[in-house]
Amino acid sequence: MEVLGRHRNLIIFLGVLFLQALGLAVQVKRSVDAENTRLIRIWAVDAITPFERVVVWAQTGTGNLWHNYCFLRGVRAENRQLKQQIEQMRLEQVRLSEDAEQAHRLQQLLAFKEQVIAKTVPAQVIGSSGSDLSRSIYIDKGSNNGIKPDMAVITAGGIVGKVWIVYPSTSLVLMINDQTSGVGAMIEKSRLQGVLKGTPDGAVILERVMSDEQVVPGDTVVSSGGDQIFPKGLPVGTVAKVSPGREMFLKIEVKPAADLNRLEEVLVVTEKQERNEVVDSGVRVRAADILAQRLPSVPEKPVIAAGVATAKSSGADNADAPERGTSVAVKPVTPTGSSAKPQVTQQSATPTAKVPNQSSLADSASKKAVPKPATGDSGLRVGSADAAGSNNPPALTKPATAAPSVTQPNPPSPTADDPH
Amino acid sequence: MPITYTSGEQIEVYRFNIPVTVGVPLLALFLQAFVPRRFPFFSIFDLPLLVTIFFAMARRNPISGLLTGAAIGLTQDMLGAYPIGIYGIAKTVVGYFASSLGAKLDVENAGARLLVTLGFYLLHAAVYFTVARGMVNMTLNWSWGHVIVAGLANAVLGVGLYFVLDKFKQRT
Repeated sequence: MEVLGRHRNLIIFLGVLFLQALGLAVQVKRSVDAENTRLIRIWAVDAITPFERVVVWAQTGTGNLWHNYCFLRGVRAENRQLKQQIEQMRLEQVRLSEDAEQAHRLQQLLAFKEQVIAKTVPAQVIGSSGSDLSRSIYIDKGSNNGIKPDMAVITAGGIVGKVWIVYPSTSLVLMINDQTSGVGAMIEKSRLQGVLKGTPDGAVILERVMSDEQVVPGDTVVSSGGDQIFPKGLPVGTVAKVSPGREMFLKIEVKPAADLNRLEEVLVVTEKQERNEVVDSGVRVRAADILAQRLPSVPEKPVIAAGVATAKSSGADNADAPERGTSVAVKPVTPTGSSAKPQVTQQSATPTAKVPNQSSLADSASKKAVPKPATGDSGLRVGSADAAGSNNPPALTKPATAAPSVTQPNPPSPTADDPH
Repeated sequence: MPITYTSGEQIEVYRFNIPVTVGVPLLALFLQAFVPRRFPFFSIFDLPLLVTIFFAMARRNPISGLLTGAAIGLTQDMLGAYPIGIYGIAKTVVGYFASSLGAKLDVENAGARLLVTLGFYLLHAAVYFTVARGMVNMTLNWSWGHVIVAGLANAVLGVGLYFVLDKFKQRT
């Protein structure tokens, strides 16, 4: 007893430590720490967040009063500038929508599953974990608003993080610069995939990219969709610095697209839609046919040596060709052919920023334009230009050597169910 | 006044009234949760830790110090994303040793407080890191540069904060 009395402080100290360690161990063992500590977390959050809401409300109210009524200097000039910007963006939108539509058609052909954001809930940031050891924020929407754990949180700029713990009227969001977060991401241009993680000082790095890959500062990083949380193609940031990392991997520092330090409003992706539209098997649409619709028509040529003539004309007559086309397919005229005029299609290989898979699709399509009669490849057959859907075997030629057409005996028709 | 080793009888023990005892840690937790949203650099500070150190060293009672640290740390855990207890253990350790140190050393001047706060910040970070990696299996990386810079920033802020909190001290 005397020993106990003498070491009372130490014993209590060890006891308190033991109890907390025990509590931690229980949480770790159950591995659903958010659930078994839910009640006490709710108490703490309920105690703190009302004050935060009041402060945010007062702050926003004062700010709105000032900005909307008192401080209107320069609004006219800004308005003019914004209108000009809108005009430019409209033009850009037309181009992008064309590209997106093309990509969508190609995806339909290949029966790609595509995740798109179907519904979002706007939320206001009302607080943070306040520690540089864990980087998370509180938003003013919770389970009452349809928020669930593991939902993606984004801004117009880029991804922010994912919903970690949900309370009735608030939620805790783990940001992408937290050390324990992990986001599937890839370099937009090269399609190199990696894992996005946070560092102790709040920076964001892309891990698991091999050191022999080419990554340069300024490359755009987008979400890869591999984590099943963020839809594919959302902007993540830009490569800020590339240096050798551990174990033959590169250490790629990424500047987040969203300003994680100054978040005011965010969007929670509450519903994702998986589009898997299959082309109706009754209507056989080929990639070349779809692309052909977008190209200007080619004037009629003599039947004789159609392939050679058309190949030349594609290089000389069509001024658009050097920019847009990488492969040319010529349908030769056969004595029994239903079509009397040669048709030329061009494979567009222009990569688009907003459609991640388009360039790779185009690449693979152009590769498949080289015939492989032995394998009977029935995939994306860019070489065929039989827009009428006749049963004539398609002839495939390379751009520079259009004359020697290779005929494929009875090739199977490409369908959406058979992408290879 | 430099750091001096004195007997327990020579060191004054302070106490605080209940509103200060409860209100100051809660205010620290609130500010810690709210201010970094507007001023991101503020997340480098750990106000609850500074408050723990201050109360522990002023009361000079290890049990009081460790309980204060445990309460503040656990509350901070509840507001965060990680399992509850990581901050709790770290701040319990800091509270215990800060009050033990306060019982032996008279740390009243700014220089001494700066060094002591820096030391306890490093201790806190080390315990947090050990528990997070060792018990919770979190993939945290230790960065000496970041910890030292944050420690110095906290030490500087701590000196100012202690000066303000000294006003609430009551002699026993």
